[in-house]
Amino acid sequence: MMQVYADNAATTKLSETALKAMMPYLTDTYGNASSLYRIGQEAHHGVQAARAAVASALGADTNEIYFTSGGSEADNWAIKGVAELMAKKGKKHIITSAFEHHAVLHTVKKLEEQGFRITYLPVYENGIVKAEDVKNAICDDTALVTIMYANNEIGTIQPVSEIGAVCREKGVLFHTDAVQAVGHVAINVKAQNIDLMSMSAHKFHGPKGIGALYCKKGIRLPNLIEGGAQERGRRAGTEAVYAMAGMAAALTEATDALTQNTAKLTALRNRLIDGLLQIESSRLNGDRNSRLPGNVNISFEGVEGESLLLYLDMKGVSASSGSACTSGSLDPSHVLLAIGLPHEVAHGSLRLSLCESNTREEIDYIISCVPEIIERLRSMSPLWEKIQKERGNL
Amino acid sequence: MEYSEKVMEHFAKPHNVGKLEDADGIGEVGNAKCGDIMKMYIKVNDGIITDVKFNTYGCASAIATSSMATDMIKGKPVSEALKLTNKAVVEALDGLPAVKIHCSVLAEEAIKAAVKDYYDKNGIAYDPALFKEDCCHYDHHHAE
Repeated sequence: MMQVYADNAATTKLSETALKAMMPYLTDTYGNASSLYRIGQEAHHGVQAARAAVASALGADTNEIYFTSGGSEADNWAIKGVAELMAKKGKKHIITSAFEHHAVLHTVKKLEEQGFRITYLPVYENGIVKAEDVKNAICDDTALVTIMYANNEIGTIQPVSEIGAVCREKGVLFHTDAVQAVGHVAINVKAQNIDLMSMSAHKFHGPKGIGALYCKKGIRLPNLIEGGAQERGRRAGTEAVYAMAGMAAALTEATDALTQNTAKLTALRNRLIDGLLQIESSRLNGDRNSRLPGNVNISFEGVEGESLLLYLDMKGVSASSGSACTSGSLDPSHVLLAIGLPHEVAHGSLRLSLCESNTREEIDYIISCVPEIIERLRSMSPLWEKIQKERGNL
Repeated sequence: MEYSEKVMEHFAKPHNVGKLEDADGIGEVGNAKCGDIMKMYIKVNDGIITDVKFNTYGCASAIATSSMATDMIKGKPVSEALKLTNKAVVEALDGLPAVKIHCSVLAEEAIKAAVKDYYDKNGIAYDPALFKEDCCHYDHHHAE
């Protein structure tokens, strides 16, 4: 049976290039990067080279990159840090969107409990924030605008450059959670007026447990961890050089191949979308064009997503769903509800996220597997029966 | 969250899937908003459930509990089917993840609803306390 991994928005396979870049620091070059002798200094050079490579891929300066444990940490640090900084100036208003990752939403919720005012911008049916809404929401006491670069469930790419321009014009700091975007779309933090940006290595074939926060020079972000000079004294702790080297290698590889990967992935994605939309009563969630090249998110009426993805797993296909049953909570995905899907349609969503090593054969295999599973689930679904009756088909 | 082998077995090849056109009782519980609906059909002869089928919209555990619960009442007297508890279904499936226990409650209620329908249709007297509407057994059933 064919095995197809189509959950690259959850995590990706470590690239061979990244692994190769990591190995020396897991074996011979085990020195502490703070030590002055040779293997310490070699490790130190590894840290600096990795930082420079990450910075260069994003149009940042080397000392504007702070390594973290991953995207969630970077989001927490950026938002709580700016909040603390701005509260001193009496600015206690944060603008975000309704469909951010929980690393952002739960963080602003915490700040709300501490007296911050939060504005959640709508994302409309297409899953895209309007820069104009950002502009209109900015007040005299706005401390931060935090809008994700691309959504993790429906893959919609936000007008980051426009939002950046609005924020710059109004003199408000702009943070973007770019965990799904880095390595997948062309980003230049300077040109796009991004002040802070979160990223995570394992979303672009780097190792897990490492990410970074880009923080523009001049923003005096409070320290995250006290106790050492690492990360310019802002995040203490002996550097995981192997992870940084892996992240840098993976990002460089992804950035170098961006144009060809995007072309390949977009073709595969569109083939998959078109193939699956052949199924009756299905819909694509999120804008079709302003969308990550590997993201497919489709709802099938009358079926429940967890059953769908477990039957797909039995066919060798790894995917994910926004149903309540898979979210571990009792409500379906907040992202799908934010774009206006009724609960019962949100429960029937399927996310397939591709990477450049997926093949056309794999896409066709998925397209061949899904209809019979949908058919099987619908044939035993009282909800589908009801829908059919309402439409006069029964 | 992990499903037992038994759950996966019943999910992969559920027993008693379908409808009974000449059902003596039909019970439907749950709602679309919450992501699960169970509909059970029973055929009764001389107080014995001679056949039972189900249709379920829901996650793997909803399908597996429907399959197991219908197995457990097939061929049993109606009075015995009424005594089937969600706990017994969970045990028969070698356990369910905590967040999925409500599926087993639905299965128990679907059977009771089918029996109540059978009693009502046939003018059989019963103690209404047997079918208390326990609307708050799982708190995610939003008011609609």
